[in-house]
Amino acid sequence: MKEMAMNTVPHNWYLFLSTFLFCIGIMGVLFRRNAIIIMMCIELMLNSVNLLLVSFSAYSGNSDGQVFVFFIMVVAAAEVAVGLALLVSIYRNIASTDIDKLSKLKW
Amino acid sequence: MIQYLFFALSALTIISALYVVFSRNPMHSVLSLIVCFFTVAGHYILLNAQFLAIVHIIVYAGAIMVLFLFTVMLLNLNRETEPHKTNWVKIAAVIAAGMLFLTLIASLKMAGLGTYSLPHKSNIGFIQDIGVKLFTDFMLPFEISTILFMSAMIGAVLLAKKEK
Repeated sequence: MKEMAMNTVPHNWYLFLSTFLFCIGIMGVLFRRNAIIIMMCIELMLNSVNLLLVSFSAYSGNSDGQVFVFFIMVVAAAEVAVGLALLVSIYRNIASTDIDKLSKLKW
Repeated sequence: MIQYLFFALSALTIISALYVVFSRNPMHSVLSLIVCFFTVAGHYILLNAQFLAIVHIIVYAGAIMVLFLFTVMLLNLNRETEPHKTNWVKIAAVIAAGMLFLTLIASLKMAGLGTYSLPHKSNIGFIQDIGVKLFTDFMLPFEISTILFMSAMIGAVLLAKKEK
């Protein structure tokens, strides 16, 4: 049993926290019908992965993970810009952001 | 001391994340997601990644959430117009996410990661280290991400433009 100093946080706690955040994001995607909230839950999942990467990079003493987090932020920003533009144009056509009404491509 | 800080921040993160999912009003969801992002930035500071914490606040709370907020206001979404799934689907969603959580936690337990501790004196996470990495090892992805931003910008303008 390794002695644990009081002023350090075990790495496992960060793993559990980001797993929990990821599962909350997945639950939100399955739970809600509003497309904007679903995109927000996707942001939540991306954030949990960012937290995991930062914790691994900090605990292993290698800053590559933090650069990856930087790129994930870039992708998230681009995704949100395009996704919200799509939602606005969908709202103009069907006057709703309800995903259950977007069933034209359903077989 | 740091452990208490970690627990407080984690509790705030989890509560605000749950409120994003369960809140009936889309506006409250957006606001609690902002709180969630700020607490995640606090986690970054705890992990000695100051530069990323600042960038996280600027990009997420400053740009992305403002975009969400504007869209929610623009589409005039509120409690009355909010569509809801049936209760069965909601219960199924909670159970599915809980099962996924159990599976991931079980696999993490089996993985047997040691309890690492933070290295004491390190300059990782400071802007100099990340900047050097970004402009030497990760030069090509950096350039490609500019193309991604360019195409995202053009796409967003084209999509949001009113059709004639």
